[in-house]
Parts: sequence; C-alpha cells; structure tokens
Amino acid sequence: MRGASFVPAPVATLPWGMLWIVLALGAAGVLALYSAAGGSFSPWAAFHAVRFTAFFCMALVISRFRTETFHDLTFVAYAGGICLLILTLMLGVIGGGARSWLELGFVRLQPSELMKPIIVLVIARFYARMPPKEIRRWAAIWPVGVFLGPPILLILLQPDLGTTMLIVLNTIALMFLAGLPLRLFIGSGIIVGAALPLVYSFLLLPHQQKRVLIFLDPEADPLGAGYHLTQSKIAIGSGGLFGKGFLNGTQSHLEYLPEQHTDFIFSAIAEEWGLVGGCVLIALFFLLVRWGMNVAIESKGRFERLTAAGLTLTIFFYLAINLMMVMGLAPVVGIPLPLVSYGGSAMLTVMICLGMLMAIDRGNKKDRRN
Amino acid sequence: MRRRNAPIITENSQVYTFTRRALVLGAGQGLLAAALAGRMAYISIAENERYNLASDENRIQMRLMPPRRGWIVDRHGQPIAINRSDFRVDLIPDRLHDPDRILAELARLLELPADEIERIRAELKHAAGYQPVPVAENVPFEKYAAVTVRLPELPGVAPLRSFSRFYPDAAAVAHLVGYVGTPNRKEYEAENKIPLLITPGFKIGKEGLEKTMEQRLRGKPGAQRIEVTARGQLVRELSTLSDVSGQPLPLTIDGGLQTFAARRLGEESGSVVVIDCLTGDILCLASMPAYDPNSFTDGISQNEWKMLAEDERHPLINKALNGLYPPGSTFKPMVAMALLQAGIDPTARVNCPGGFQLGSRFFRCLGRHGPMTMHTALARSCNTYFYAMGRRAGIDVISAMGRRLGFGQKFDLPVVSQNYGTMPSAEWKERKYKDDWSQSDTLNTSIGQGYVIVNPLQLAVMSSRIASGLDLQPHLIRANRPAPQPLPFAKEHFETVRSGMWEVVNGAGTAGRSRLEIPGVEMGGKTGTAQVRRIVGSQRGQSGEWKYRDHGLFVCFAPTASPRYAASVVIEHGMGGARAAAPVAKDVLTYLFDKEKAMASLIKFEEQWGGTMAQRMEVRAQRWLAEKAAEKAALQNGGGGATR
Repeated sequence: MRGASFVPAPVATLPWGMLWIVLALGAAGVLALYSAAGGSFSPWAAFHAVRFTAFFCMALVISRFRTETFHDLTFVAYAGGICLLILTLMLGVIGGGARSWLELGFVRLQPSELMKPIIVLVIARFYARMPPKEIRRWAAIWPVGVFLGPPILLILLQPDLGTTMLIVLNTIALMFLAGLPLRLFIGSGIIVGAALPLVYSFLLLPHQQKRVLIFLDPEADPLGAGYHLTQSKIAIGSGGLFGKGFLNGTQSHLEYLPEQHTDFIFSAIAEEWGLVGGCVLIALFFLLVRWGMNVAIESKGRFERLTAAGLTLTIFFYLAINLMMVMGLAPVVGIPLPLVSYGGSAMLTVMICLGMLMAIDRGNKKDRRN
Repeated sequence: MRRRNAPIITENSQVYTFTRRALVLGAGQGLLAAALAGRMAYISIAENERYNLASDENRIQMRLMPPRRGWIVDRHGQPIAINRSDFRVDLIPDRLHDPDRILAELARLLELPADEIERIRAELKHAAGYQPVPVAENVPFEKYAAVTVRLPELPGVAPLRSFSRFYPDAAAVAHLVGYVGTPNRKEYEAENKIPLLITPGFKIGKEGLEKTMEQRLRGKPGAQRIEVTARGQLVRELSTLSDVSGQPLPLTIDGGLQTFAARRLGEESGSVVVIDCLTGDILCLASMPAYDPNSFTDGISQNEWKMLAEDERHPLINKALNGLYPPGSTFKPMVAMALLQAGIDPTARVNCPGGFQLGSRFFRCLGRHGPMTMHTALARSCNTYFYAMGRRAGIDVISAMGRRLGFGQKFDLPVVSQNYGTMPSAEWKERKYKDDWSQSDTLNTSIGQGYVIVNPLQLAVMSSRIASGLDLQPHLIRANRPAPQPLPFAKEHFETVRSGMWEVVNGAGTAGRSRLEIPGVEMGGKTGTAQVRRIVGSQRGQSGEWKYRDHGLFVCFAPTASPRYAASVVIEHGMGGARAAAPVAKDVLTYLFDKEKAMASLIKFEEQWGGTMAQRMEVRAQRWLAEKAAEKAALQNGGGGATR
C-alpha cells in the first residue's frame, strides 16, 4: 500500500501475501506432478500449470466484482447449479463408481463441486437477511434444510458421499458461525455420535462400509482395500525427515502408491521431500486458511462475513480431510488436495472461493480507506 | 420456555458471537494443522525404520537362483550325473494380467505346439499365484533372446538361465541314480514350503540316488536382489549372491563297468551286480531295460511314460534291487556251506538215480548223475545230492546260513527301496501260514525253490561272501571304512565250496562254455534256472511264450586263486543260467581284466542286435508310437463304421 505511487492501485491492493501462498501451492503441484510422471511434464505437470494459470486469472477477475453482485446472483447461481446436477444425473459420465461428471467437450465439469460455494452464498444470504432475534428460533433452521435438500439429494443419487459430507459439514460450521444456540450443536453432536453405528449398518453401501472398516484397521487387508492407505503411510513414513530427494520416490515411481497424482499427491510429495516438505505444505495451507478467516472477521457486512467464512471453510475441509486421509486419520474418500492435486473441478471450486474471498477482502480494504 | 432466559440479540452481539466463534474455529484449524504435522512426524520419524523396511520390501524382491546340483561321479572320478547350462521361460501367474495375449505372443516367439499351450493353460488355471508355471525348458539361445528383449511388453514372463541335469551314460545308470524333476505339491509341503522348491528351474531328486542323497546334492541357492515395480516389472538388479553348488557324490560304482554291463545285457531283461571282494563296494548295479533319465529332467511326456509303464520288460523297475526270483541252483553254494557247517563230510557220496524218494513223493533231478560228492554235485548241479544232504542237515542250519550269507536281508544302502524276499525257516512258515515245516519244504529249499525268493544283489553278496570268506557289506557311496571281518566259518569250508564252483566253469560243470579267456584268471561260478510257473506236461519252461519261460541265473567270482570280484547275473525268462546268464557274466568279468577284449565282443553283439542301446531304444519308441497310432486309427475307423 505504501508503494501505491509506483504500481497501479488495483495491483497494489491485491493481497500479495496470500497470492504468493497460492502460487507456491500451485508450483508444488507442478513439481510433484513432474516427478510423478517420472520426470516429465506430460501427461500431468504441464496441463496442471496451464489450468492453474487459467483459473488463477479467473480468480483475479472474480476479485474485481463487488460483493453485492454475489449477493444478487445467489439464487440464479443456485437454480443453475440444480439444473447442472439434474443434467449430470441424466447425461453424466460415470467415473470411480459415481455419475458425477458432465462432459462438456473441452472440459469435464463436476457440478457438485460448483455447488459448494453456491450453497455457502445461499446460507450466508439467508442468515444475512434474517432479523437478529429470529436466530434462536426454529425458523432459523428449517429453511436451511429446504435449501440444502435438493442439491444434497441430487448428489447422493450420483452417489457421491464424500461431497455430500463436505457440504453438510460446511453448512453446519456456517450455522455455528451464524450464531445458532450452542446447545443445538452439542446436543446434535451427541445424537450423531449415538446414531453413527445405525448409519453404518443401514445407510452405507457395502464398499463404503468396507472403507470405514479398513480405516479402522488398514493392515488387516494390506493387498485389498487397505492397499491405498498402507502404501500412503509407507510413502510418508519412508520419506523420513528430509525425504528421498526430488525424483527419487520409489513408492510413487514404481507405482506402489495408487492415485499418486490426485488424492495421494501429498504422500508422493512427503516421500520425496520428507517431513520438512510436508510441514511446509501444511503451513502454507494453514496460512491460507488463516488469511480467509481474517478476511471474514474483518468484514463489516453480515453477508460478506458469513460468505468469507463459508468459502474459507470449504477450502479448509478439502485439505483437512485429504491430509487426514493420506495419514490414516480418516477413511479413504475421494477428495483431492486443492491446488496441488491434478484435476480441474476441485481447483475450479477453490479458485472461485479464493476469487470471491479476494473480492470481499478488497471491499474490506475499501471500507477501511473510506 | 425458550424465551425464559434468552439473551437479547442485536446485530452487534451477532458480530461479537461471530468473531468469537470464528476464533474458536480458527484455533481448531490451528490445532488440526499441528495434529497433522505431529502425525506426519510420528509416521516419518518414529516409525521411519518400519516404513523404510516396508518400502524396501515393496520394491526389492529376492529372486532365488537354484543351486547347481552336486555331481555324481564314479570310483575313478568319472562323471555319472552332471549339470548342463540351459535357458528356460516361466510364467508367474500373480503378475500375469492378460494371459491370452501373453500366451499367444510366447507361442509365436518360442514356436510352442498346441498341446503345450493347452498344458500351460491348464496349469495356470490351477496354479497358486506364487508358483511359476514352466513354459519351456532347454530353449535355444536365439529364442530365449527373442523373449528377453520383449520382456517389457510381457509382464508375468520370467526368462531364466538355469542348469539342467545330464546323465552322459543315459539309460545305463537310470535305475542306479534315478532322475530329477520339478517338486510337486506334496514335496513342497513336506519341506515346510521353503521358497526354493517353487523357484523356477529348481529340480529335486525323484528316484534312486538323486532322491536318497537329495540334501547332500542340493547345495545352497543363490539370490538376486532386484528392484521391481508394483506390476512386477524389473527395474534393475541390485546385487547378486552366488549359489553354492552341492557336494560331489563319489560312488563305488565303476562307470565303465556299469555301462558295459548295461550294454551287454542287450535286448534281455535282467540285471548285473558286481561286488568288490575286498571291500564290499558295489562296482556295478545294472538293470535293463531302462528309461533315459535325461528325458525325465525336462518332464516326461505322457506317451513316453505310458510306453515305459506298459512294457512287459518293466523298464521302470530296478531289477537288481526290486526283482525277486527263486534262486534255483545258484542257491546251492550257500546250501553246501550249510551242509559243511552241519558236519557233513564233503567227500560222502550220494547216489543219484534221477531223483529222490520222500515217502510217496519223488523229487526229480535233472539227470541220472550216479554217485555224487559235494564237489561233483556242485559242478553238475545234482539235485538229488542236495535233497538228501539238505534233509540230513535240516532247515534250521540252512536258513541260518542263508541269512548269514545275505538272503532275506535288507542292506544299509542309500536306495529308494529293496525287496528283500524270503529266506524261509520253520518259524517263518509257522508265522506266515500257521503250518508246520515239512520235509518236502526242506527239499525244495535245498535246491533254491519253494518259498525261497531272492534279489540279484543278495545273490551277489552271497557270492562275494563265499569268495572272500569275509562278512562283506555292500556299499554304494565311496568312503573310508574299517576292513571287513572274516565270517565265523572254517576256511576249509569256503575252499571246498569254491573248488566246486571252480569245477562248474573250468571242469566237468554246467558252465564250461563260459570260462574266461584270460591267461591266469579263472572264474568260479554256479548256474541256476528258476521256474516261472509249474511244469505243465512236456513244457519245461524252455519254450513257448516269453513271459512263462524260466529265468536264467548265474553267480560267480574271479580270479579263483585269489577272489577279487564277485557277481550275479539274472536274465529274466532266459531259459537257463548256463545258456543266458553265464556268458554275460563271463564278458562282464572279462571287462574287469581286459577291457579291449570285452569291448570287441560287445561291439560284435551290438551289431547283431541292431545298433547301440540308444539307437535300439529310439527304434523301439518309434515302433511303439506307430503301433499306438495304428491302434487308434483302427479304433476310429471301426467306431465310425458302427455308427454309420
């Protein structure tokens, strides 16, 4: 801000600290994908770089919007998202056992991913417009269910339990921030804890039940479904403090580590860069999330506040669950590491979130200057 | 109810709540980040060793290299079983992802016949993932190279350079050394499933010495540490530990003599056993006809096996150890020893009127020999003398002497099995038939008929013990052993029997035509003819169908002046000891004193028989295959006609 005289204002006002973090994460992804391909830019690293650049520019464009625009477009986006989900169920491509992708010719779109920031907007808008004293009423709860119902149902039909879980978690966190009475969360926490065994036996499909079982005891089936988890832990564990060195990972290069370019990319990085590399990555993500939470706290408007928090939490849940999964702290669900993993949909979602966060941040700064 | 103590909520209080809760969430996020870093540190530092090991276990595999088997050599160090380097190709079912494509590719590269592909398919279906399925052995180098260069496109294919067993003397040593083959499931489980047994190219002994001396011949496997991908592709070799080949096994066998005897048996079905009279070393243990052990090394075809199993001359049976025959008159030297032991004067005469009357039964002799002493009775094989004197001596002394000289005995030898036959006694008959021993049993036993059955090795042992007067134990493995002790019988007794056996060959005896033609070396012996079935009418087992003809037997030793070698020859259905067995014994003993002379006569014989052993075996196999094909064709034609 002090250098405003040298650089044009729109560039100078960008949150450079956060952007450097994002660029560093993208670069880490390119490096990891370069290594995963055995020291080659194809098939992953080059495309990842191009896609990252494109989405990064898109995020910068989004950051130029005014937050009121998001507010006004919320229900249009919601309706559009629902339409895309319906289209996906009708015309979608099956991948990984679920009909989650919409083939658009030039890109494969995962509408359930797009739905994450849209739902954040919907919830934020709903609570922003609610008079403060209504917040402790029943009327503060059931409409959320109404908004959440259709997209959740459509995503469950794909079936994509992972995304559903993320959306629900995100929404609950947002309701918590919106100021709903604390006892509701404590009470339902107890009820959910008690209900988990029932959910496990009656609602989960056999392959999902298996994943949970294997999460609890991965070594029981090291060659079967526990294979992913075991190999991931071997990759991280054999990396040691400083790792085996760039391009020297055996777990990844000899193909013992499955999905090393998508969901398990963190393990591949940890194998080559060790605990040090892994902690740098975790720290970068933590700083990014902390920046997002700060943006939320600094926001003046209730809509901006809740939106910023919701978008940050979306990013947070991605990486938290992915990192817990690769370290054996959560069951194996197909959730990529945002910005680093190869794949378009998750990166698109995260970049949209970051773009909107930057827009809110810009608004905050403008308020402060005024 | 809800409103009772509800706080008043304003926009400001909501901002306050939001900030407070956001900070709580932020703290939670920080905690999680710390937890993740801690978890990661735990995995990569505290458990680093364990996961390093797991990572190495993933990428590094030990590939066992079968050890080279120890050689089997004869008493002069000449090789009997050696190893030849060869190339082989196997399939590892675990790593095979597209069996059809791979098999088609291999069939093209190795020019596999259709029935081989069928076999591989069948074995793949039943194979446990770890056990390699052999595709081809003894692959020529060009084809082997063609497979190795395409290896990256052929996951699951394992080419290997290995060693295969080779027996230069082929069928001549078949029953002696046996053969090797790929371990089967039972053998794998019997050895606690050690991985060596399922290593491609590893063979274990399946028969004969290869089987009994397995642990000594085996050696220690080598190992190769290789880096592999998750799909089993070889990345690079890390290090190699070479194998320790098995210890060579020196035999007491004289390889030249063994081969000579096997060849000399020619077209006959029979056996030759030669024992060193100083040590008990078995110099020759030949049994014919035999199979080619080399053909077992690569796995024998069903046709080959069927041919061997169906042959009425039993090429799969080691006749020297497992053939059981009534010894007939070859028993008489032992009976003579028993008579002397019973105190019978060898000069006492027995008149032979052509037989011996026992009660209402007349026991025949082969001729009317007139007055006989022990010496002449042995020389002319007079049954009457042995009937009369055997009866006088009694079964107890005969059966004790028989056992002392080796009959009914199992010897301490590294062989798969010995059929030790029967040396009957009164007690034995009581036990076996719940019947009393009779005089006629004694008479039959005295001429080596009746209950008596023996194997050719026992005949040779008897001969060697009588020739040497020593308590010789037969040996197959060369070693330093204490000198054998004398038998507890009077020297004169041995000399009396030996002089009778000298007369058989060199005097007015039954084997006069088989005396050795070597100056200064004379052979002593005894002929024997064993009935295969009871004499029916005029047929005396001297003509008619081959399998009902009498066996010809001969026991001998040489030189008579100072016995060095003892032998037994059995020619199945050879019709007579003098006619069939003695000439073989003569040539075999001649070989020991004058190799060239013996070889000259053998080559003449082989010309008559139609070629060398291998050539004749080949001709016989072709003929058998042709017969089978003709039979099959006839069957199909007949069948086809019937349905039409």
